[in-house]
Amino acid sequence: MARMKFLCDAERCIECNGCVTACKNENEVPWGVNRRRVVTINDGVVGAEKSISVACMHCSDAPCMAVCPVDCFYRTDDGVVLHDKDLCIGCGYCFYACPFGAPQFPQAGAFGLRGKMDKCTFCAGGPEVDRSPAEFQKYGRNRLSEGKLPACAEMCSTKALLGGDGDVIADIYRERVLRRGRGSEVWGWGTAYGPGRPGAQPPQQQQQQQPSGKRS
Amino acid sequence: MRRGLFLLSAVALALGLSGCGERDQVVVYKQGKYQGKPDTQPWNNEPPIAELKGGKWDKGNQASWEESIKQRQLAQHEHKRIYQ
Repeated sequence: MARMKFLCDAERCIECNGCVTACKNENEVPWGVNRRRVVTINDGVVGAEKSISVACMHCSDAPCMAVCPVDCFYRTDDGVVLHDKDLCIGCGYCFYACPFGAPQFPQAGAFGLRGKMDKCTFCAGGPEVDRSPAEFQKYGRNRLSEGKLPACAEMCSTKALLGGDGDVIADIYRERVLRRGRGSEVWGWGTAYGPGRPGAQPPQQQQQQQPSGKRS
Repeated sequence: MRRGLFLLSAVALALGLSGCGERDQVVVYKQGKYQGKPDTQPWNNEPPIAELKGGKWDKGNQASWEESIKQRQLAQHEHKRIYQ
């Protein structure tokens, strides 16, 4: 059974924000809400600048689900974490619990009240009739029900952002890292080289025997 | 006159009793249980028309949907997409 995940390759992300734009366009996300955003560290430092695209990571043990006082979250059979906006009370607990800042709250009403939570749905819609106008209005487009992947991942020009079954995209990423011999620092060698080898080093580094090349 | 009063009181009684039929307006909290509406599985939908360039699967067949979406995922693998 598939377990849908995102994986962003920091070696490839060029901070074009194409994923952000694709998400906003595909789901017609309201003003002030960004379901996806690009985070850059060491901005402007030559050789050290890294960017990564971040949204809901659809955690296997999601903290937002644990803290929601009205239990409006659920996980689909594909591992996508979704929520029911008809139940959400906009309390914001999920925002504080989420380590990625994924839950977003639109400003609703004349006094800027916090509206119902909005977040990345892995383009899987929500608990309304699939591909219905009600589902699109509340949650955005349901691309999984069309046999498609999230728009952000499919739009990514450098294919830095991978979306899909965790096993499949980890295989893609692993082969990519093995070919270029570097660049798995963000996700760890376990993801890059497969399970059961904690602390494994790439072949090039084993030959060079660099003591400072310890990776996590 | 008496009949009118009787009808009026009957209507008032019916309207008064209708207030007793009020339903709970709050969600009953159950630890670890999702309280919302059930969702449809993606494979229980008809595949989209060809113009939308979506996947192809047999409606209701989870395995065929997963195979379809897997092929879509592998299209992200440029080493296989370009060099083979």
